[in-house]
Amino acid sequence: MTNVSIMTFNILSILPILVLAGFGMIVLLIDVLTSRKLGEKNLLAYLSLLGIVVAAVLSRSSIGTATFSFNETFTIDNYSIFFNLIFLLSTGLTILISHNYIKREEINYGEYYALLMFSTIGMMLMASGADLLNIYIGLEVMSISIYILTGFKRSKLISNEASLKYFLLGAFATGFLLYGIALIYGSTGTINLRQIACFIAGRGGGLDPLLILGMGLIIVGLGFKVASVPFHAWVPDVYEGAPTAITAFMSVGPKAAGFAAFLRIFMTSFAYTHHEWQKIIYILAVLTMTTGNVVAIAQTNIKRMLAYSSIAHAGYLLIALVSANNMGVSGTLFYILAYIFMNIGAFAIVIVLSRKGDEFIQINDYAGLGFKHPLLAIAMTLFMLSMAGVPPMAGFVGKFYIFSAAIKSGYVGLAVIGVINSVISVYYYLRITVIMYMKEPAREFSPLTISPLIVAAIVISVVGTLQLGIFPSKVMEIAQRSIFTLK
Amino acid sequence: MITLTHYLVLSAILFTLGVVGVLIRRNAIIIFMCIELMLNAVNLSFVAFAHYLNSMQGQLFVFFTMTVAAAEAAVGLAIIVAVFRNKETVNIDDMNIMKW
Repeated sequence: MTNVSIMTFNILSILPILVLAGFGMIVLLIDVLTSRKLGEKNLLAYLSLLGIVVAAVLSRSSIGTATFSFNETFTIDNYSIFFNLIFLLSTGLTILISHNYIKREEINYGEYYALLMFSTIGMMLMASGADLLNIYIGLEVMSISIYILTGFKRSKLISNEASLKYFLLGAFATGFLLYGIALIYGSTGTINLRQIACFIAGRGGGLDPLLILGMGLIIVGLGFKVASVPFHAWVPDVYEGAPTAITAFMSVGPKAAGFAAFLRIFMTSFAYTHHEWQKIIYILAVLTMTTGNVVAIAQTNIKRMLAYSSIAHAGYLLIALVSANNMGVSGTLFYILAYIFMNIGAFAIVIVLSRKGDEFIQINDYAGLGFKHPLLAIAMTLFMLSMAGVPPMAGFVGKFYIFSAAIKSGYVGLAVIGVINSVISVYYYLRITVIMYMKEPAREFSPLTISPLIVAAIVISVVGTLQLGIFPSKVMEIAQRSIFTLK
Repeated sequence: MITLTHYLVLSAILFTLGVVGVLIRRNAIIIFMCIELMLNAVNLSFVAFAHYLNSMQGQLFVFFTMTVAAAEAAVGLAIIVAVFRNKETVNIDDMNIMKW
């Protein structure tokens, strides 16, 4: 008699993802079954928030475990849990800032919330994937949802155009990523991250041209998702054309997911060949930071300025990848968390000030805001200072850790370039503050319609920015424990 | 005798054709077709490698790629239709509200 071994499926390991998918489908169903006019769809927003909270609690409950499941295609470790919580936080904040915005813009459809949750599922798969197939599927689930969300203002040409540009370029970049995966599969005979590492280490030196080419193509594909130069051409247009709440979401979620996959693939599978890819990422990091910061100076539209600023932040995060040590990984985790608070906070203020048909996105529109709405101006100043990296804000601590990681790995020159770039960035971040406080209002401010949810988002962002800046040690300690435990 | 190299060279040629098509064509639908060509060129590589390595993973990957490509086609064509409704053209040179 032969024993037939059946693969054990540890369903519990993907419970947060299943819960989120379930809530997404319930939201869709309720939206279809209730009449379009009935209620203001507050229920859907609250239900989605509930789903996010439940998924976060479930994720959090498995902190400390380090296991593979589903035949070693899925990982649960502190690294993936930290990233899952980051994704859930960014989606939660996005729902808070969207609620009033999508009503005002008359795009209040239930799919909005469902797609946000589906895209979060993709991100969670990317951070937890233990083989290239899972990471690829996660990336596509995330991207396809966001293509739709970008074009969500169906009747507005600018939103259509942004969506088309993002879709065509995104699918193009995915082709490269996929080709890279195929070449790595051909060269190593497996798509499992750990087995790829074993194979490369086992062969010792002697790099296969297929493998090098595959690595380069994966850098192209993921570099596109995290918006690094020279794969950044889509960023300003898509950020400008997308609904503002989705711009906020796009600038944090997919970027974080891209880095989650970047770090996981390059620091586990390709750890042995780090001398090869560090050179490429080094150049990308310098180009990304410098282009982002220099071009941001010339922008007059705040959404475009924040787009270039998000390119620059991707550059700082690439420094952490170049340093390829544990400090770099925990620095990335900390920095992304800080970036979520300050960036979503800044976009929340843009949303509060905008009106239907009057986007309020020229930087000069902010003149005199300091006198008219002092609280909003103070919050905006905080976020701008934090992004520029002024102590005692979260952004400063994050940059400090990342630059220290680079110095620890011997990349002193890169750290110096990073610091110079931070100084350049102060110019355009402070310009907004100067305009808010030192210029006479150029136009009338219409009375604000503030909803409690968006106030909650701004308060959470302010508290997060200050908390991470003034008392970083607790979160930093958690981040340090969230480096890869499974290799 | 057809070897692995033949398949890989064919796949590389198809992939390059797709890339060149994306770069030089101006109709959104044709660009999208070229992207599909790229994805299917990769599928050819996967299947050839899977046969050569005696491994199932490559064939498995192809199924997922095809599924994802179908989902992408649904969304992509919907986006192109949305653009056409507002603009009555799918020429990407006319997509110029925002400066590049």
